[in-house]
This record gives sequence, C-alpha cells and structure tokens, in this order.
Amino acid sequence: MAALVAFAVIAPLVAPNDYWIGVMARICLYATLALGLNVVVGFAGLLDLGYVAFFGIGSYLYAFLASPQFGLHLPFLVALPIVLVVTALSGVLIGAPTLRLRGDYLAIVTLGFGEITYLLLINLDRPVNITGGPSGIVSIDAPAFWRLAITTNRQYYYMFLVMLLVALVASARLRDSRIGWAWQAIREDELAARVMGINTTVAKLQAFATGAALAGVGGAFLASWQRSVFPDNFLFTESINILAMVIVGGVGNLLGVMVGAAIIVALPEIFRDLQLYRLLVFGLLLMVLMIFRPQGLVVGWRRPPRVPAPVADVDSASDVRRAD
Amino acid sequence: MADILSILPQQLVFGLALGTVYGLIALGYTMVYGILFMINFAHGEIFMIGAYLGWGVLTFLLNAQIAGLHAAWVVPLMLLQAMLGAGLLGVCLERFAYRPLYARGATRLGPLISAIGASIFLQNAVMLTQGARMKVYMTSLLFPRAWRFEILGVSISVLVIVMIAAAALMMWGLHELVQRTTLGRSIRAVAEDREMAAVVGVNVRRVIAVTFFLGSALAGAGGVLVGLYYTQIDFFMGYSAGLKAFTAAVLGGIGNIRGAMLGGLLLGLIESLAVTFINPAYKDVVAFAVLIVTLVVRPTGLLGDVSAQAEKV
Repeated sequence: MAALVAFAVIAPLVAPNDYWIGVMARICLYATLALGLNVVVGFAGLLDLGYVAFFGIGSYLYAFLASPQFGLHLPFLVALPIVLVVTALSGVLIGAPTLRLRGDYLAIVTLGFGEITYLLLINLDRPVNITGGPSGIVSIDAPAFWRLAITTNRQYYYMFLVMLLVALVASARLRDSRIGWAWQAIREDELAARVMGINTTVAKLQAFATGAALAGVGGAFLASWQRSVFPDNFLFTESINILAMVIVGGVGNLLGVMVGAAIIVALPEIFRDLQLYRLLVFGLLLMVLMIFRPQGLVVGWRRPPRVPAPVADVDSASDVRRAD
Repeated sequence: MADILSILPQQLVFGLALGTVYGLIALGYTMVYGILFMINFAHGEIFMIGAYLGWGVLTFLLNAQIAGLHAAWVVPLMLLQAMLGAGLLGVCLERFAYRPLYARGATRLGPLISAIGASIFLQNAVMLTQGARMKVYMTSLLFPRAWRFEILGVSISVLVIVMIAAAALMMWGLHELVQRTTLGRSIRAVAEDREMAAVVGVNVRRVIAVTFFLGSALAGAGGVLVGLYYTQIDFFMGYSAGLKAFTAAVLGGIGNIRGAMLGGLLLGLIESLAVTFINPAYKDVVAFAVLIVTLVVRPTGLLGDVSAQAEKV
C-alpha cells in the first residue's frame, strides 16, 4: 500500500505530459466516486443506478456557492463542508423512500432519481434561472488554500489525491466499524440482520448518506477543476461508468474499486489511437472481462470476498427454498 | 383551460400509440427478467437495431424503384425483417454475453455489467457502420398525410391505428403463446423454478434462447413502429426508449407480462398528460415521479405479486 501511495505521489513528476497528469487527476476523482458507490453497492448491497445524482448535486452546489451565478464566492474550504452536509442529507432524502424496496426495484427508483436530477438541472433555467439550463454555470472560482491558488493540473492532481486518500481511509475504517459490519450483515441477509438487532433503516440511510457525501465532495472538486458545470456531466451513462468501476475491480474490495476506476478512466485514453473504435473496444472488453473474471480483477487478500447479491443470486436462493 | 381540454383527446391518442410501443419493448425486459432475474441493458440497443433493419428494407425498396409500394405489404415486410434480425441478435447476445455468466451461477451484477458492455458495443458498432447522422424514415411515402380521419373531433392518422393494432396483435399473440402452447408452458416452468423445470425434462437452455428471441423480436418491431412514427432514427435512440420501457416494465411489476403491457400504456398516457397539463420539458420527470410513488406505495409494481416477491427474496 505504501508503495502504491509513493507511486501515486511521484507519478506526475515523471508523467510524459500535462495531458496524462489530467488523466491521472480524473482517475483520482473517479476512484473517490467509486469508493463512495462501493459503500452503497459493495458494503450494503444496495444497487444504486442513480449515483450520479449526488455527483451532480455536489457540483452544482459548489457552483452556486462559488461563482457569479448568485454572486456568492465562498472560499473552497468553507464551501466544501456545506456541500458535504447537504449532499449527505440529499442521500438520506433520496434513500428514505427506497427503504422498502429490494434489488432491482431499488435500482430503478435510484435510476429514476438520477434522471429527475438531470432533467431538473437542464430545465431549471426557466422561469427563474437557477441552474443555467443546458449551458450550465461557468467561471466557477478555482480553489485556493490560504495564499496558494490551485491552477495547474499537477496541483489539482495532488488535491484530488489527498481527497482520494481521505476517502480510502474513511472507507477502510467504516468497513471495519460497527456500521460497516451492519452494512455487510444487511448485504448478506437483511432479515437475519434485523433479527440480530441491527436497525436496518438507519444503517441503510447511513450507507446512502456516506456514498452521497463522497460523491458530493467529488462533484465540488470536479466543478472547481472544470471551472464550469453542465447537465451533460451527469448523464445516466456516468452512473453506469462508476458502477462498472466498482464491479470490474471487484465489488466491496477497496483496492479493486480503485483499480477499476483507473482501468475504466485510462482504457479509452490508451485506445485513443483507435479513435472512433475505442468505445467499441471498451464495450467488448467489459463483456470479455465479466465472462472471464466475473468476481472482478482484484480478489481480496484479507478475507475471501463474499460477492454481494442485492436480492440473492438465483441458484442459491432456490437452494435455500428447497432446503426448507 | 378550454384550449387544453380541446387538445387533450389528441394527446391521449398519441399517448396510447406511444404507450403500446413502450409496452412492446417492456415485454422483452420483463420476459428476460422473469426467467433469469437479470436486467438486459442491451435491450434498448436491440430495439434501435430493429429500427435500422426496418429502415434498411424501406430504403432498399425505394432504391430498387419497385412500383406499387403500399403500406399494406411494405410495413409487414419491414416488421418481419426487423423482428427476425433483432430476435437473432438477442439470441446471439444471450449465447455469447450472458450464458457464460449465468451458466456458472455468477452473481447478478456480472451479467448487468456484461449487458452494459454489450449495449456500448452495439451502439458504437451501429454508429461506425451506419454513421452518426440520423436516418430518415420515408413514412410519408407509405402513409400519405391525407390518410387520417376524424372521430369526435379528434384527428387520427392511419399510421397511429396501424401502430396500435400491430402492437396489440403482437402482445395478444405473445400472451396466447405463453398461456396456451407447450412452449409457453415451458417458459412459465423455467420462470417458476429453473432447476425443477430441468428435472421434469424442459430444455432450459432452449427455453431461455427462445425467450430472448421473442423479447428481442418484439423490441425490433417496436423499433420499426417508432421509426415510422418519429421518422428519424439514430444510433442513440435505444437509450431513452430502453429506459422508458424498463420503467414501464417495473411500473407494471417486472417479470409479469400483463404488467409490462399495462405499465407501457400507463407510461404513454402519463407522458401525454404531462405534456398537456404541465410542460413538455418535464414529461420524463413526471413519468419517473409516478414510477417512484407507485413503487413506494406498492414495492413490487402494479401487478407484481407481493407474496411471491417476498418468497423469492
């Protein structure tokens, strides 16, 4: 792990050009998002297809707080906690109606929330201009830490790396905490978890809030990096991309999730030479990968990963029924 | 208000036409879910390819300058081609992208990602071979604008009648197939309990392949109908249509064939009402909001079996 961190710190110093530093910064950003989604999907076993909604809410919230849109120019370190708290609350708000739902019904409701968020972002420029509509919000303030203004890609990279490390440590500590065990118990068997005295309602909302907060912070970082936000940053395909990162790497596995993010961000870049064909190849690789390594690329070294099945996979479920 | 009420019947007819097509596509989602418990995310792309296949037939006939083009035989030909092609594509997808996963008893997330991969692959394959620009359906050559009649002050085009009739006919056919034939009984048996069905001699693999064929063929037909209706198709059209159809399937209760039809119709009507009374820009917001509220009140959809779902979980 230390070697990995050392590599991540040195990498931008030896990167061939600024473009690749940008790619690495994106990897850090998406790894943070993927860690957040992993809390919901990997730890608690709740399939969330609308995760990008929180990313969007965080981005726009930061844009509201630090751009000419409403004339507010809060410093980054003041805006960030606000974004964190509000997106966590939005996670609770969106999570609350879904508590009774299981598996794929949960998936479609979260997907619905994701689409609604996108549609609101794109349409709330009339009658009162709130989100700027399709043209988004521009000239967002760059983050500054006291006197140090963040401007170059390399500075952004280190800023994103710090965010990723915080998210990683938080994820690891949560996983091994009381809350984390409650999540994993719910993932394995919700009814049994409840029988064991776990308040599943609270635990699920905690999972949604944690995931949402990480996405919100990621969104604020994205907005401050792009210096602009557009609704098209938060399409459904983005949710799918982040979910693919979690699953390709190895759901529930922190290192795996980060590897997944690195692969999904970097692959299209590596195939850039193929130009138009890169997404074709990407789709094909996703299929091939799932066929040959359905459990993800990285398999845990600490405890054998029990792959979470939101509703329980078909075969084992029928086995259980027959045993009855 | 008087204005709104005067266009309402017209909007309802559009909603009905769109709703039957949503239902047609939703059937594919629901059938696959019924037997495999998996969301076939590439289903929207199959629908899109169906639209391209139908367009191909129409363009070929136009280029060949065959005299006497008439909707009465051209449309069935387009539907046939689209259904066969889309059906076969669905079978291939099942064979190469999904079967290797579920045959091993993989989790439910694996096939989901594989399906997403297939969806990205198909979209880009169509974009690369057909170009990113939209294709135009020459609908007006088949259904002249004068082909419309008025009922109670509502102007209805023949095309809309054909759409509703074709979709309704196919749904009825599927319903009869599933309820009355031996094949249908096998499908229901596999949906009930795959292993038990295998024990009593049902060829499970074949049933799954047939289900994919049927669902994909219906989506292909839906593609042709939507192409004729909107007259423009592109490689990205499967995304929103697939999303809507999936919503329809869940609204009705996923895994339930009648539920998919009901969900499709409701979704089409809700959208047309939202367009009339609220704001066209918010029609999808309203559709998803209705879905969410429905699921919160009835967590397994309108026709989903609450007790069966509880048992499955």
